[in-house]
Amino acid sequence: MMGKAHTSEPWARFAPAAARLAWRILGGVALCAGAAAHAPALLTVGNPWVRATVEGQTGSGAYMELTSREDARLTGASASVAERVEVHEMRMDHDMMRMRRLDSLALPKNTTVALDHQYHIMLIGLRRQLQVGQTVQLTLHLIDATGARRDQDVLAPVRALNTAMDHPRPHE
Amino acid sequence: MSNSRHCRHRAARAPLALALWACLAAAGLPAQGAPSATAPTMHGRDVSAEHWNASFTLTDMNGRQRTLGDFAGKVVLLSFGYTHCPDVCPTTLAKFAQVRRLLGADGQRVQGLFVTVDPERDTLELLRRFVPAFDPTFVGLRGTEAQTDAAARAFHANYEITDFRGSILVDHTAATYVVDSRGQVRVVTPYDQSAGDLAQDVAAVLRSGE
Repeated sequence: MMGKAHTSEPWARFAPAAARLAWRILGGVALCAGAAAHAPALLTVGNPWVRATVEGQTGSGAYMELTSREDARLTGASASVAERVEVHEMRMDHDMMRMRRLDSLALPKNTTVALDHQYHIMLIGLRRQLQVGQTVQLTLHLIDATGARRDQDVLAPVRALNTAMDHPRPHE
Repeated sequence: MSNSRHCRHRAARAPLALALWACLAAAGLPAQGAPSATAPTMHGRDVSAEHWNASFTLTDMNGRQRTLGDFAGKVVLLSFGYTHCPDVCPTTLAKFAQVRRLLGADGQRVQGLFVTVDPERDTLELLRRFVPAFDPTFVGLRGTEAQTDAAARAFHANYEITDFRGSILVDHTAATYVVDSRGQVRVVTPYDQSAGDLAQDVAAVLRSGE
């Protein structure tokens, strides 16, 4: 068939520069979209879980370990089960436990950042009780090394309310 | 929550002597008034010699007015917190339950108490569901603002509730208080003290009361 050579080649050769540019941009966007759909996830998520609640409790915590393939930042999260999801930092000020919302948490390349004690995810305004055996879907909002926004879903099983944290004991 | 909600700041400062004692203890130096050689060495901070004379008047989760004296005869593990607390409070209550299990039969002589510093959101009903989820013998306590303040002061504890960008932030002392069977505060342990170490301290306090 001669159609292909005669339609695309002359078009590319004689079309105005602007059209060629547009064609390239379109192709680039299509390539990027295709790559994004098949790219491995930005993060490896280890041991995600959410603490169960009793009826009437409107908040809970989500915990996991995040390892990013590239320098990235966690800028927030969302979940259909909660009105609001926030990344919090907890710090001990002598014996006082203080918690504050973080606008962004650095996830350095190939470094595991534990969201358990110092950092954790807060589910605020729960729409239902969280019971053991259920799974909560969270969407992590990220910014990758190129500055592009990325979302990654995490399925976190609900663990018992009285699940103990294995606090690190650095002095032992 | 209304924006007019004020920041409540309740602070009860430990006396200077206590701070000095803590510094000396941390430095491994003998301190004036430190427990005698026969006293057991605690993993937590031994406050026996300070005679805190702590007490409280609060309402338990079943609606009864309670004081610390009501729990005489048992070694009390007490912590301050709030039910929306994501990590420290559930971990502390889970640890109390573990201590009771670790102590075996002696665990029956241990009473876990949880005092909410967020009585506005922590209703008795919510405490009734939350606290026994860790151990059916544990008791949740709630007071008026004045009663809560008095309880925190009695245990040299601090808490602050602030409305920050639409979020209620509750900062509070995360220590555990071990109270002996006569109502004397004996040991204060940090929140990251292991259940095993806390159980040993509780066992020592149980033995000292025999």
